Amino acid sequence: MSALLSASNLTRRFPGNRGLLDMLARKPRPVVHALSDVSIDVSAGETLGIVGESGCGKSTLARCLVRLIEPDEGNISFDGADVGSLEGPARRKFNRAVQMVFQDPYASLNPRMTVGSTLAEALRVHEIVPAAEINARVASLLDLVQLPATAATRYPHEFSGGQRQRIGIARALAVEPRVIIADEPVSALDVSVQAQIVNLFMELQERLGLALVFITHDLRLVRHMTHRVAVMYLGRVVEIGPVEDIFTAPRHPYTRALISAVPQLTPGLLRGEPAVRGELPSPLSPPSGCAFHPRCPIALPQCAAERPALDARGGTWPVACLRADEA
Amino acid sequence: MMASRDDSTGLTVRELRVVFDTSRGPIFAVDGVALDVAPGEVMGLVGESGSGKSVSLRAVARLLHANARVTGSVRWRGQELLSLSDDQMLPIRGAQIGIIFQEPMAALNPVLPIGLQIEESLIAHTTMDKAQRQARALQLLDQVGIASGATRLAQFPHEFSGGMRQRAMIAIALAASPALLLADEPTTALDVTIQDQILRLLLRLKDELGMALLLVTHDLGVVAETCTRVAVMYAGRVCETGPTADVFANPHHAYTAALLRAMPGSGPAQAKLIPIPGMAPRLDAPSPGCAFAPRCTVSEPLCTTTRPPFVQEATRSSACYGRARL
Ligand SMILES: Nc1ncnc2c1ncn2[C@@H]1O[C@H](COP(=O)(O)OP(=O)(O)OP(=O)(O)O)[C@@H](O)[C@H]1O
Ligand SMILES: Nc1ncnc2c1ncn2[C@@H]1O[C@H](COP(=O)(O)OP(=O)(O)OP(=O)(O)O)[C@@H](O)[C@H]1O
Ligand SMILES: [Mg+2]
Ligand SMILES: [Mg+2]
Repeated sequence: MSALLSASNLTRRFPGNRGLLDMLARKPRPVVHALSDVSIDVSAGETLGIVGESGCGKSTLARCLVRLIEPDEGNISFDGADVGSLEGPARRKFNRAVQMVFQDPYASLNPRMTVGSTLAEALRVHEIVPAAEINARVASLLDLVQLPATAATRYPHEFSGGQRQRIGIARALAVEPRVIIADEPVSALDVSVQAQIVNLFMELQERLGLALVFITHDLRLVRHMTHRVAVMYLGRVVEIGPVEDIFTAPRHPYTRALISAVPQLTPGLLRGEPAVRGELPSPLSPPSGCAFHPRCPIALPQCAAERPALDARGGTWPVACLRADEA
Repeated sequence: MMASRDDSTGLTVRELRVVFDTSRGPIFAVDGVALDVAPGEVMGLVGESGSGKSVSLRAVARLLHANARVTGSVRWRGQELLSLSDDQMLPIRGAQIGIIFQEPMAALNPVLPIGLQIEESLIAHTTMDKAQRQARALQLLDQVGIASGATRLAQFPHEFSGGMRQRAMIAIALAASPALLLADEPTTALDVTIQDQILRLLLRLKDELGMALLLVTHDLGVVAETCTRVAVMYAGRVCETGPTADVFANPHHAYTAALLRAMPGSGPAQAKLIPIPGMAPRLDAPSPGCAFAPRCTVSEPLCTTTRPPFVQEATRSSACYGRARL
C-alpha cells in the first residue's frame, strides 16, 4: 500500500507564558515542545490509531495534518503532492479531501447556526449536491449518526454532549472526504451509540476506501478498529506498528504500562499500583535522553544521556528504547 | 454494602422532571428521576447518549437554561434546593457542591488565565489570602497531574490540550473541597494512566473528607472500578439501580443487558460491534409504556402501553416487565 497522507519529521513548538516575576527576572520565555520529529502515514482503506498521554501532542499532530496550524519543521504530502505548496483549486481540493473531527465539539460548532445550516453550508461550499437536494442530504447525514431529522432545526446548545459530538462527525462526512482525522470522535458516546459510529466508520472504509487517523485514549477501541497504532510520549512517537502485534507483545515500557492500565469490567476498586509512577513529564522542560526515563521501571543510566532513535532494533516494527523487548 | 440512606446528610433526588420549552414544543429530557448519594459514597450514572444524565446533574446544581421547567425534589443535607432563590444557591454551589462539566471549553472562561479561574473559586468560597490561594492552585494542578505548574497557571484555556483543560476544570471544582462532587464525564479526554491518577484522587477525597461523588460516565470499566452503586438511565428515566457488581453480573433491565452486550472487546477484532438495534427514543412524545420497548428483544404487549413500575428489592430496584426473560 502506498501512503495517501504522510507526514515526515514534523516539529511544532508553542511559546509559553511567563509570570510577572519571571519577566522581571528576565528569564527566557518558556517553550512548549508539543511535537518533535514525528513521522506517520496512512493509506486508503487503512486506520492508523494514535494513542498517548494527555498533552503528548496528538491534537497538535492532527491540526498539522489538516493544515489548521503549520509545523515549524517537516512536511506533509497528500496523494504524492507536498501539501505546503498547494494553492488555489488544489488547496481547496485538499481541504475537502482531508477532514477533521474535533476533540471539542462544543468549541468547533457555530452556536448561532442551526445544525441544518452548518451541514448545508459544508455541502454548498464544496458543491457536493445540487441545491435542491441539500435538505434531503442533511437528513440522511443526521440519520447516519443516529440523530432524528428534526435535529436540523435545532441549535448546538440544545443537544447533549454525545449528540454534539455526532454532529461534528456528520459535518466531516458531509463533504465525502478521502481521509478523516478523528480526534477522540466517540469519547462522549455510550457503548451502543459508539458501536454504531465505529461500525459506520468501518463501513465507509470498506465501501469507499476511507483512510482514517483515529486518536483515542480508549485502548479497547484501538485494538478493535485500527490496523496500525502509533504510541506517542511527550511529543514523539516511541513505538509504531501493527495493532495486534503491539497489544500482544508491546516493545516499549511506556506501551506496556499503557496497556496494563486499561480498566477492566470486573468490579472492584482501582488496582493496587498506579500504572506509571514518578515525576510528571512536562513538554516545557522535556527530560534529557529518553523522555520516559524518569518514570521508566527499567531505565539505565544511559537512558538519561542519549535519546534512542525510533528503529527496528532487531524486531519487526520500530521502537525508541534502548531496552526494547526487555520486561 | 449499602450506604445508609440518611436524608439529612447526603443527596436525595425524587421525581425529578425537566421539560425544555422550545419553539417546536416541549422536550421531556428528564422524566421522573430518583437518586441517592451518601457521604463517602460513589454513585455511577450511566446511560444512552441523550438520556438526561447531564441535564439531571445541572438540575441538581440549579444550572439549567431559562427555558427549562424543573419539578420534583432535590434535597441536599436535608435542604430542598429546588425552592432556593438564585442568591441562596450561590454559597452552596462551588463551596458545598462542586461541578465538573462535560465540555471544558463551555465551562472555562477563554480570556482568563487558568490560575485566576482557580483563584476565583477560592476567593468566593474560602478565606485564604493571596499567597495561600496561589499555593493551593499549584497544589491542585500537581494533584491533577499537570507539570510545570507555575507556567501553566499563567496560560489560557486554548493553550492547554483537551485533557489538560478537563483537568483544569477538575482543579476548579475541587478547589474549595466540596462535600458533594457532581462529575460529568470527568475523564473522557484522559488516557488511561492519567485517568487512573484522577480516579485515585477522587477516591482519596471521598475516603479522607467523606465527599459524596455522583459520577456520570459511559465507561463501564470506570464504573466497575470506582462506583459502589450504579444507576442506569434511558430516555430521561432511571431503568435500574443497585450495587455495581450485581447490576453488571445480572442486569434486571433489558436496556442494561443490551448496553453490556455492546461493549467493545467482547468480540473479535475488526468484527462489527453489536449496537442496540433501532432508533433512539423521541423525547418530544414520550411513550406511555417503557421507552425502551420498541428496541427491546424481550418486550411484551404490556410494555408499550403501561409504564413498568419500579420494583424495590433489598439493595436493587428496577423497572422492567421482561426481567425474568433476560
Ligand atoms: N437546552 C435544551 N433545549 C432542548 N433540549 C435539550 C436542551 N438541553 C438538552 N436537551 C435535550 O435533552 C436530552 C438530555 O440531554 P443530556 O445532555 O442530559 O443527555 P446526556 O445523557 O448527558 O447525554 P450524553 O451522554 O450525550 O452527554 C437530549 O436529548 C438533549 O437533546
Ligand atoms: N495554541 C497553543 N498554545 C500553546 N501551547 C499549546 C497550544 N496548543 C497546544 N499546546 C501545548 O502543546 C502540548 C500538546 O497539546 P495537544 O493538544 O497536542 O495534546 P494532546 O495529546 O491532544 O492531549 P489531550 O489528550 O489532553 O487532548 C500541550 O502541552 C499543550 O499545552
Ligand atoms: Mg487532544
Ligand atoms: Mg451529557
